[in-house]
Amino acid sequence: MLVYIIRRGLQSVVVLFLMSVLVFVGVYAIGNPIDILINPQADQQDRERAIAALGLDKPLPEQYWTFFTGALHGDFGKSFVHATPAISLILERMPATLELAFAAMLIAVVFGIPLGLWAGLRPNGIAGRTIMAGSILGFSLPTFWVGLMLIMVFSVVLGWLPSNGRGPTVDLFGLIPVSFFSVDGWRHLMLPATNLALFNVALLIRLTRAGAHEALLQDYVKFARAKGLTNRRIIGVHVLRNILIPIVTVVGLQFGALIAFAIVTESVFAWPGMGKLLIDSINVLDRPVIVAYLLIIVTMFIVINLVVDVLYSALDPRVRLTESKG
Amino acid sequence: MYALRKFVRLAIAIVIVSLLPFASPSSAQELKIAVAADVTSADPHFFNLFPNNNIAEHIFDKLVQMDPDSKMIPGLATSWKTVDDKTWEFKLRKGVKFHDGSELTAEDVVFSIDRVPNVPNSPGPFTAYTKAIIGKEIVDPYTIRFKYAAPYPLAPNDLSTIYIVSKKAATGATTEDFNSGKAAIGSGRYKLVRYVSGDRIELIRNDNYWGEKSPWPKVTFKIIKNEAARVAALLSGDVDAIEQPPIADLPRLKSDPKFTVTSKISHRVIYFNFDHLQRVSPFITAKDGKPLDKNPLTDLRVRRAISKAINRPAIAERVMESQAVPSGQLVSEKLFGHVLGLKAEAYDPEGAKKLLAEAGYPNGFNITVHGPSGRYVNDEKIVQAVAQMLTRVGINSKVETAPMGPYSARASKQEFSFHMVGWGASTGEASSPLRSLLATFNRDKGLGAVNWGRYSNPKVDYVIEQALQQVDDENRSQMLQQATKMAMDDLGIMPIHFQYTIWATRKGVQYVPRTDEYTLAFQFKQAPGEMAKR
Repeated sequence: MLVYIIRRGLQSVVVLFLMSVLVFVGVYAIGNPIDILINPQADQQDRERAIAALGLDKPLPEQYWTFFTGALHGDFGKSFVHATPAISLILERMPATLELAFAAMLIAVVFGIPLGLWAGLRPNGIAGRTIMAGSILGFSLPTFWVGLMLIMVFSVVLGWLPSNGRGPTVDLFGLIPVSFFSVDGWRHLMLPATNLALFNVALLIRLTRAGAHEALLQDYVKFARAKGLTNRRIIGVHVLRNILIPIVTVVGLQFGALIAFAIVTESVFAWPGMGKLLIDSINVLDRPVIVAYLLIIVTMFIVINLVVDVLYSALDPRVRLTESKG
Repeated sequence: MYALRKFVRLAIAIVIVSLLPFASPSSAQELKIAVAADVTSADPHFFNLFPNNNIAEHIFDKLVQMDPDSKMIPGLATSWKTVDDKTWEFKLRKGVKFHDGSELTAEDVVFSIDRVPNVPNSPGPFTAYTKAIIGKEIVDPYTIRFKYAAPYPLAPNDLSTIYIVSKKAATGATTEDFNSGKAAIGSGRYKLVRYVSGDRIELIRNDNYWGEKSPWPKVTFKIIKNEAARVAALLSGDVDAIEQPPIADLPRLKSDPKFTVTSKISHRVIYFNFDHLQRVSPFITAKDGKPLDKNPLTDLRVRRAISKAINRPAIAERVMESQAVPSGQLVSEKLFGHVLGLKAEAYDPEGAKKLLAEAGYPNGFNITVHGPSGRYVNDEKIVQAVAQMLTRVGINSKVETAPMGPYSARASKQEFSFHMVGWGASTGEASSPLRSLLATFNRDKGLGAVNWGRYSNPKVDYVIEQALQQVDDENRSQMLQQATKMAMDDLGIMPIHFQYTIWATRKGVQYVPRTDEYTLAFQFKQAPGEMAKR
């Protein structure tokens, strides 16, 4: 297991390196940020001076080298437009996104698995059919549109919930600002979290249903029934535990995706998270932030995958963490 | 399963509790404004960017301020005059206090101007407005003189862009110190309470302000970039006012008695650049797809034909929902250097065809029209409309648009044949577009920096350069008008319209709209009898 983790770690370093090169070259190819950043009234010399101030006058390999040596020391450069270190800018926005993603995942698990289980156990009942039909909507409606509809209904028409932004924050452990300790914080969180969760609720419903449907036909279920176990125990222990592996995988990966790509929800609800920061940074070609952001996201996916693998072996003793060949 | 059920119950309980209507504590005197773009810093000298300046306008003062029509009015300076052609003297207002209580003197002014070129890592410095100054002389604490190398009429215009910071608070301060609020000490109408990057800016009224105080003790700017979300925030009452509501939503907002829409002609002209280079133009081919041996756009008759082919009133009325005025020149009516009577080219498709035939293109040619997306109001739609109009007179047009980043990178390298841009005359003068857009590209003189079509006409250059040294306002105005007329007759660039800046507010709050597009909290007025509401 230790060897496995070390090996995975080494692979990750290579992935991170390649990623940074790709993003660096990619952003460079799009254009020169100064063209967008500088006030149009500036003349040619001001322009050249600004380009030099940001180190953009140097050849690309040299710019990369500067970044690379800095990154080894944990310095990912300063944002071009905020004059703040890129990493601290991202970390500053991270709690908001994590909070949103956690809330969304919680909603997805709390609603998705029970509903899916229900639909799987009674596939022909009215409830089961309704749940499945509803899950199609969850899949197919664009997040953007659903977000606006939620705002329309709950903020504009009913006036129950605020349409945008994050509630007041309290510092957790004195350093992480979180908003879920206050009612107002929850009111701000409800709509964006629901919007972000919708796709995952649908996904979990379908996964759980398919798994449950299949598991019910298995011999061990029949055997358990023959043994006279209660329905509750069969489903709660035997079925659920066996269908949990694909669900954990998906929850893990989707959680990463929620954090990394909450962009649409964040911009519709003006949620001050990392996704919005990324979009803003791409718009102005703020390379240090883009690179640092993607590196963090890749690291996060690597860690999540590792955690998922470790969870597998906990859930299913047959899975061993060995040096896989693939 | 039991545990699961308990969990579900808990979850439902949480949902119900949080859905309960809960009046958010909002004081009647607070003004919440949703702005459309991110404020990247609270340092007023770090980055010359519209949203940053919009916030700085509240916290800091300038020697010279602009009224809503972009006319210069006294700010921290009560008066200014030329001592000789190359020296300007500014008299400072007495008794002006910074937010920390210290008094403003000429020292602070010199400090601020010296700080401009020395802010590290600035992606867009204010140096364009300070570098002409070659010497500063403090005559007494309330009198300051600036020396220039050549006669320099634009000193007050330039200084209407430089925010004055407190020397005491800002000595040695970094941009981060401004963002944290520590160094963001100005003399303006508001004090900075909190700057949360990407989210909000909170301000509180400076009750010791030297001029007319704002009616709002507390102001919050919320950054909501998504235009639909911005409108939703206004509709739901989460904010009192928004800037740039989408054009498509205007009919709905206007018809709802709970909201007011205000708009004003902006200093921004939307125009097209022609490729003026003597070369095979990259996006023009003959009708059969073969390259043309020369660039047809270098022929004035072809440029004129294109201009005549465009139905500007139709664009203003339909594409822009009447939120634009057709234009035949560089600055709108109330700005310095506007040429009275210089009208937009009339729509004349027959005349356009005739001119094309005269120029040797009786069947027209193929062209790709380029434009930015999401930069100016309805920019893509304007480009599409123009392309259709050109096709109608025989110039087969395709449309390509891109976000401003990659777009401007290509446009500034002359990679396009015919493309759209916008220009805001932020100094309030025609000299701004003339020197940047129409003067010949010349690095050493700092002229034509954004002359992306590489228009070059020595006669126009001569008049522009004369005007830039003409200290007498009357003469300079005439020269700017003359240069504008010459460049427009020659179609150096082709103006389409001046766009409107639009604000939407809830009933009871009124905005005094501005030419310079700023959204200033202190220009929102509370309608009488509305105090008790909310």
